[in-house]
Amino acid sequence: MKAYSLFRKDWQSELRTRYAINALAMFILVTISVILFSIGTEKISEYLTGGLLWVVIFFSAMSGLSRAFVSEEERGTTLTLQLIAAPSTIFSGKLLFNLILVFLMNIAITILYSALFESFVIKSFDLFLIAFVLGNFGIAISSTIIAAIISKASSKGTLYPVLSFPILLPLILTLLELTKFAMDGNSVGDSWVEIAVLVCYDVIMLTASYLLFDFIWKD
Amino acid sequence: MNNYSLTLESVSKIFGRRLVFKDISLQMSTGNVYGISGCNGSGKSTLAKIIAGLISPSSGKITHLYNDKKIEPENLHDYLGFVSPYLFLYDEFTAEENLYHFAKIRGIKINNTKVDNLFELFNLSDRKKDILKGYSSGMKQRMKFIFALQHSPQLLIFDEPTSNLDNAGKEAVYKLLEEEGKNNLVIIASNEEVDLSFCSNVIDVEKFKIV
Repeated sequence: MKAYSLFRKDWQSELRTRYAINALAMFILVTISVILFSIGTEKISEYLTGGLLWVVIFFSAMSGLSRAFVSEEERGTTLTLQLIAAPSTIFSGKLLFNLILVFLMNIAITILYSALFESFVIKSFDLFLIAFVLGNFGIAISSTIIAAIISKASSKGTLYPVLSFPILLPLILTLLELTKFAMDGNSVGDSWVEIAVLVCYDVIMLTASYLLFDFIWKD
Repeated sequence: MNNYSLTLESVSKIFGRRLVFKDISLQMSTGNVYGISGCNGSGKSTLAKIIAGLISPSSGKITHLYNDKKIEPENLHDYLGFVSPYLFLYDEFTAEENLYHFAKIRGIKINNTKVDNLFELFNLSDRKKDILKGYSSGMKQRMKFIFALQHSPQLLIFDEPTSNLDNAGKEAVYKLLEEEGKNNLVIIASNEEVDLSFCSNVIDVEKFKIV
């Protein structure tokens, strides 16, 4: 409940300051437009559109998700948070905020993508949905803990994608594979190994984040 | 009965290769106002932050007890009220909204009578519906006291409490110190002689710099 209250505070703050939402919306539009312009009238393969979808999602996440902690650090309100809540509450609240943001962002990207790219056709919708949900959880968890780490650093903007890349790489690779399977029309049962990898990634990242956050948050 | 006590055992802090202070040992208890003095850069704020659990000491131990029960570091924020020049509230919210969110995140009910009295004491009643962005630095400092006292804490740490305040603001703080000093444990880190005149004991951080 306390974490939900922190999420509500962040959400209300976001609606007033438009810190992350504007950055994300602009980034999504610009990236998709660049891809559309670079392709022109050429017809690209199905698998390539699937790969590009996750490229757009990765870089969009990099442009907006660090705000959860960076905005607190920039406004000097980190100390205020330390004085009102336990570290686990803060992490849970920020994670909830990033989860909502990731889901909204990725739903918007996928809808835009499906409308603009003819070759992006998902044959196995249930498999894509499972990959999409588990992938979003993984992106939100990883980007929240990385945001907490880089918020203390001086070169936040550069460090975020650099530090995120190796941590998100196994997740993105698995998601690429599952998107390919979903395009081929494979069933969920045929892809259980990849789905298990995603579940393991989410559980490991979530556990490690809660264990690490105490140390990151203090000092 | 409000019985809060804290013990510092050989607390030292080193930043890189610079020794801030060494082997501070002391005991503090409810019903007293303690002072931390020292010149600029002597480590007053560092000691205040260590006591508040915001940073760790390089060595030594701090124990917080409430009614003889040890307070775990992750729960310390429930017992602590902290004011300092480097504390910032949310500029995009009004004073009331700030307090509403803080109470919700703390998991407590807002005590409207207490909050209204504090707004009255700090002369902010007619500005409580304004966003903090429009507040002056003195008004923001007054607001920090309301934030620190909203949840009726047993330990109050005021780092440079009268900075940015006009005479009326200082008077409000002194009135508060007198009241809170009777029932709670209050610690003031300051260079102002008037601030320190409220303290029953003053710790000079300068004396703990000898290697």
